[in-house]
Amino acid sequence: MPTESVVKPAAELGTRSPLVERLHSWVTTVDHKRLGLLYIFYALIFLLFGGIEATIMRIQLIRPLNSFVSPQVFNRMFTMHGTTMIFFFAMPIMFGFANYLVPLMIGARDMAFPRLNAFSFWMTAFGGLLLYFSFVGGDGLYGAGSAPDVGWFAYAPLTSKTFSQGHSTDFWILALLVSGFGSVGTAINIIATIICMRCKGMSLGKMPLLAWLTLTMAGLVILAVSPLTAAQLMLLVDRYLGGHFFDTQAGGSAVMWMHFFWVFGHPEVYVLVLPAFAFASEIIPVFSRKAIFGYPIMVAATVCIGFIGMSVWAHHMFTVGMTSTANSFFVLSTMAIAVPTGIKIFNWLATMWGGQIEFRTPMLFCVAFLFQFLIAGLTGIMMGAAPFDWQLSASYFVVAHFHYVIVGGILFTLFAAVYYWFPKMSGKMYSETLGKLHFWLFVIGFHLTFDFMHIPGILGMPRRIYTYEPGRGWDIWNLIVTIGVFFQAAGLLVFIANLFRSYFRGRVAGSDPWDAWTLEWSTTSPPPAYNFAVIPGVKSRRPLWDLKHPEDPDWHYE
Amino acid sequence: MNSLMRSFLARALVSICWSAAAALAEPSNPRLSPTNIFAPLSTPAQSIFDLSLLVLDITCAIFIVVFALLVYAAIKFRKRGTAHVHEPTQVYGSTQLELAWTVIPVLVVVVLFLASARVIASIQNADRPANAIQVTVIGHQFWWEYRYPSLGVVTANELHIPVSDPSKPIPTFLTLLSADTDHSFWVPRLAGKTDLIPNHPNRMWMDPHEMGVYLGQCAQYCGTQHALMLLRVYVETPDAFNRWIENQRQPAQVNGAPEGQKIFERTACVNCHTVRGTAAIGRFGPDLTHLMSRDTIASGAATNTPENLRRWIQNPDAIKPGSKMPAMGLSDPELNSVTAYMETLR
Repeated sequence: MPTESVVKPAAELGTRSPLVERLHSWVTTVDHKRLGLLYIFYALIFLLFGGIEATIMRIQLIRPLNSFVSPQVFNRMFTMHGTTMIFFFAMPIMFGFANYLVPLMIGARDMAFPRLNAFSFWMTAFGGLLLYFSFVGGDGLYGAGSAPDVGWFAYAPLTSKTFSQGHSTDFWILALLVSGFGSVGTAINIIATIICMRCKGMSLGKMPLLAWLTLTMAGLVILAVSPLTAAQLMLLVDRYLGGHFFDTQAGGSAVMWMHFFWVFGHPEVYVLVLPAFAFASEIIPVFSRKAIFGYPIMVAATVCIGFIGMSVWAHHMFTVGMTSTANSFFVLSTMAIAVPTGIKIFNWLATMWGGQIEFRTPMLFCVAFLFQFLIAGLTGIMMGAAPFDWQLSASYFVVAHFHYVIVGGILFTLFAAVYYWFPKMSGKMYSETLGKLHFWLFVIGFHLTFDFMHIPGILGMPRRIYTYEPGRGWDIWNLIVTIGVFFQAAGLLVFIANLFRSYFRGRVAGSDPWDAWTLEWSTTSPPPAYNFAVIPGVKSRRPLWDLKHPEDPDWHYE
Repeated sequence: MNSLMRSFLARALVSICWSAAAALAEPSNPRLSPTNIFAPLSTPAQSIFDLSLLVLDITCAIFIVVFALLVYAAIKFRKRGTAHVHEPTQVYGSTQLELAWTVIPVLVVVVLFLASARVIASIQNADRPANAIQVTVIGHQFWWEYRYPSLGVVTANELHIPVSDPSKPIPTFLTLLSADTDHSFWVPRLAGKTDLIPNHPNRMWMDPHEMGVYLGQCAQYCGTQHALMLLRVYVETPDAFNRWIENQRQPAQVNGAPEGQKIFERTACVNCHTVRGTAAIGRFGPDLTHLMSRDTIASGAATNTPENLRRWIQNPDAIKPGSKMPAMGLSDPELNSVTAYMETLR
């Protein structure tokens, strides 16, 4: 099912067209690779925004009773930081990689619905602009508030007209509503692509693990984002049409909002972490020079995480006064999800076992991911034990835990993925020296920040406070945590410098710099608009291994 | 023996890996912080602490095993030299191994679930004895209202309860309500937190074993001044508690500062504040009948000194920006009079 972009990329024509024409071709593109790159660029810009907001918060908390920002500004910062990082960094960048990689890895020429693909991207992009427009337009007619300050999970009734005047909350609602349509569109597209567009010979059981994980992720997006969208609509009805769904002053239910939000919010964690698993499942085998260990059980564990992931949401609500039976149920389901996750960690270890591990930058990030995700999982078990959570919930321990998941797990594998596929996307090799510098700066910063962030939580420091009094034993830990932020920021700058430097001055990478095994490495770097001159056919999960080792192909064993 | 060994190993790791955890895990050591969750002094906090030790043991054991495997694999199987050698032997899986690392975690999960469920039931389903003190806690933006319905007392921010000798327990049961947004009542050394949600009454209980002042604060984001919605729990002997109750039940003795009282009752102060025995019967702000019996004002944001009181009345935002109390625009003499009136409310 070949599709053509309206304007051919200039490089193919052998001439450089004027800038405006090249920009126009990016804006009107329906090519999955270009849309993937747009998603990734767009997400990286929002990563900077979210990072700046985090830095402002950390400077405010560097010492007790600091007055770097007012409470109002601080509350906007954590709301914008959370919303930005989840909805406008993490999700779009995952969609970007899915867009770029899935058709290439399953031997297709594009996504199933290229125009829907472009529509979805621009919806997401528009959502992000709406959110940030709140800084300008949030005052509304009331002159109250600018950016939203209700927290990224926006608990009712703080979002009602009574407590949130002006339009800041409306921008938050609309931003998520609009980008939610984009997410669902992309999810449908991914599912259709993977189900219908695999090349000859690629049965579901022979897909790269990345395709399986992305498929499960897309399924979760549809199941999780829909209730969020519904809840946003209900909230709009409350705010403008006199509804009382969440308006507690008129008998509405604050707890219902919590259920709506977390039935989205927890699967969302898996929406983000499954692609992270996908990157690790592609990168670890290549740099260990071994096939992934236990492919069938990896697939089973993935699907299992998808199903169980839909039944754990209320572990975010252990303190809201559910019955002891309900609390116990959610302890069980939360603990249960540790089993398939554990299987994955053991299988990655078994993949490394007996291999020849080469610690290039992508592999370094993946090994750090294994270590950090292990700890994130274990602190997750601690909070899965509901009574322990009654102490830890809403404290800095939770903040440390979920940053361990999202930064230590997801962001680290994302860096690995950027370095691993950068040669394919740009045709150029990144600088290994800068890559390793980025890695070490980021590892040091990450551990300074998020290891020590657990401790004030244990010492009773709640999250979302703009200041604290001295004498609570929190000062030194907050100082260390803030220092770590500057290491992370330095690492991030090295990362961006590496991308620019390598794009303009890197050496040519060639089509298969890693001696890898999946189909994207069988075409040129960057791939042509049509991906493959001839649609490939495969006989095993590692078609390029079969090609390179005709004497001992994989399909003898699968 | 083996399990003893493992538990020992795990504890050793607690002290190594969790920096400062050695001190933290030492019960009844609040030196690190007055709000250390690992220094419990009441039954619910203690049973949470006991469970958390079990969970820490198990998670540390898992950490040791997996971390050792990871380090071993990363060092032992790293590529040596740069020359391209043969690809290593390809292994596609192993049913026995995969079964092992499925079944063992399932067993661990069952243990953790049963242990958690027992503690959940013991805390949540505890019966309220007839002699229990009952307090209704109402969360407001950004302060706490305490009502003792059977004792006829209303106060704010500083909760007084009797000590509960384990041989003769007098637990305190709290009914948690909210007047506006969500809040959460958290005094880490006495109990886990429970949220205060409008239209959704909750309850919790505690039975402090030692006298003292315990700090806590709101743990659910509730608006601009969530950070300074602090609270204190004063745990006293039953006699001292009864004396406190007796004093709080008295109406205000108002004859010391008639000028200040007049200004107080003439301005909007009375829309929000109650001074029992006078014309002031507002309900939005804290009851001021015995204001001077409290150590702090503005929900713990400042100590209760005449200077702070004056500053607070003059411009609440100077002490607690975003607080719901407006500045009344009083002149200096008026401020002095109202402060003097406040100081008579003992």
